[in-house]
Amino acid sequence: MSELRDLYQEVILDHVKRPRNSGALAGASHRADGDNPLCGDKVTIFLSIEDGRIADVRFQGRGCAISLASASLMTEAIKDKTEAEVRAMFERFHTGLTARDEEDAANALADLDKLAVFGGVREFPVRVKCATLPWHTLVAALDRATQPVKTE
Amino acid sequence: MSARQAVTASRSLDVARIRADFPILSRRVHGKRLVFLDSAASAQKPQAVIDTERHFYEAEYANVHRGVYWLSQRATDAYEAAREKVRGLLNARETREIVFVRGATEAINLVAQSYGRTFLSAGDEVLITHMEHHANIVPWQMLRDEKGIVLKVAPIDDAGELDLDAFARLIGPRTKLIAVTHVANALGTVLPVEAVTRLAKMYGIPVLIDGCQAVPHQAVDVQALDCDFYVFSGHKLYGPTGIGVLYGKAALLAAMPPWQGGGDMIRAVTFEKTEYNELPWKFEAGTPHFAGAVGLGAAIAYVQSIGYDAIATHESELLAYAIRELSKINSLRIIGQPRRRSGVVSFDLGGVHPHDIGTILDHDGICVRAGHHCAQPTMDRFGVAATVRASFAIYNDRDDVDALVAGLSTVREVFRL
Ligand SMILES: Cc1ncc(COP(=O)(O)O)c(C=O)c1O
Repeated sequence: MSELRDLYQEVILDHVKRPRNSGALAGASHRADGDNPLCGDKVTIFLSIEDGRIADVRFQGRGCAISLASASLMTEAIKDKTEAEVRAMFERFHTGLTARDEEDAANALADLDKLAVFGGVREFPVRVKCATLPWHTLVAALDRATQPVKTE
Repeated sequence: MSARQAVTASRSLDVARIRADFPILSRRVHGKRLVFLDSAASAQKPQAVIDTERHFYEAEYANVHRGVYWLSQRATDAYEAAREKVRGLLNARETREIVFVRGATEAINLVAQSYGRTFLSAGDEVLITHMEHHANIVPWQMLRDEKGIVLKVAPIDDAGELDLDAFARLIGPRTKLIAVTHVANALGTVLPVEAVTRLAKMYGIPVLIDGCQAVPHQAVDVQALDCDFYVFSGHKLYGPTGIGVLYGKAALLAAMPPWQGGGDMIRAVTFEKTEYNELPWKFEAGTPHFAGAVGLGAAIAYVQSIGYDAIATHESELLAYAIRELSKINSLRIIGQPRRRSGVVSFDLGGVHPHDIGTILDHDGICVRAGHHCAQPTMDRFGVAATVRASFAIYNDRDDVDALVAGLSTVREVFRL
């Protein structure tokens, strides 16, 4: 049960119940769709970028608790950040969820404040894609991808 | 079923003995007893199948239909003996009506590509149901895109039953093939295939039945059913992966062109002309998966040694118990309430995403399927993106059901349902 509690932390359950920044963003400058065909998770990320910073972000989607909470927490984390900062965050987030070495993983997440609640995902490798789907989609939006992102 | 009957039933099938036949069931997962409830995706293998495959490779292996030497003849005999076992399983009239393929998917594609491309033309209709596996949808869509045929879909009701009246109304002068599943893999509905073939025969329309989820649970008699094609996958019947069966009536198979060309399917080749081999080898181009076929033969022998009566009694008792116990769980909704159900139960628990449920159950060593079960139209019909599906086989027992129920209470605890 404790490993499960590490995965499904209070913060995560709270964001599933009350997702932040959810819904479409009128006048978005960037947008991308992502999906995970394995489980049918879908997410759309809307960005409004002004002067190289994320002025606003919203997401729409359906999926498991991990992917929904990840999208919700991500939108909070990236607001007002520059594009380069956001990409670096994703790099650290990814390392935090996948690094072989436990310490490397912990260090990567340590800088990410609230996003550290996803540390438990590392123990559940098949769920890493759920947590990273919103981020992959975000990067696609930044790249102005026109193709839907797939995690499979 | 009364308590006394249940006792008799479980005596006629000794689950403990059967469990001992499946080596994987004694392994532990995450330190817990393995509770395998995903046999509808693929069943575990009994020692008899593993030993047969191993012995075949160790002692009887050589390519089939090729060598003049003793060993090749031996392997060929084993391969053809497996075909005879399949014939017996389905009660087909002749062994040449049994074509070995990779699985049900390949069998349906074979029929679509060979029969469909030859005998169907633009405007002709193929009738399927709303609860097919993608394997019995996509090959017909490919044929539609290539030939301009029309795909008609018979509706199902809220219980997950085929609407037989609507089905009958969809049969028209352009209906050239009916393709239905015997048991729906996402819902567990047993379809009235006898009524379907009876209807079809009134109009002289050939019927293909997808028997993937039926053959592990019930006796099938293709002559009594009077179907034209029947397909299944060996791996769901306790056999190896990569081997499956297409049964087709001899007259139909004979009229169909081969769908792949190569060795084994020919009688004589010159650069001007090729004479095709006779049935069933006409449809088995290249070196077939004969080792898999031999393993499938052993799986069939194993199932027959237990007997379908004992299997059906055990499984229906267990399924009834599972449904009874699951129904006691608050906020659990079973998807589909068919009158005749076989093998599987699909459900939603308080809107928690099936993947989260799957992860939590896995933590307790419980394997269930979480997703759309390759039946997205069925999911859409019930307004869900995915479900959790528990499926049952000969080796499951009440302890497995109890473990599932306990695991679901952990889900409720984690998600505060
Ligand atoms: C009803 C049904 N049809 C077809 C298939 C496809 O079988 P295979 O993947 O072995 O070809 C399955 C397997 O999930 C099934 O349940």
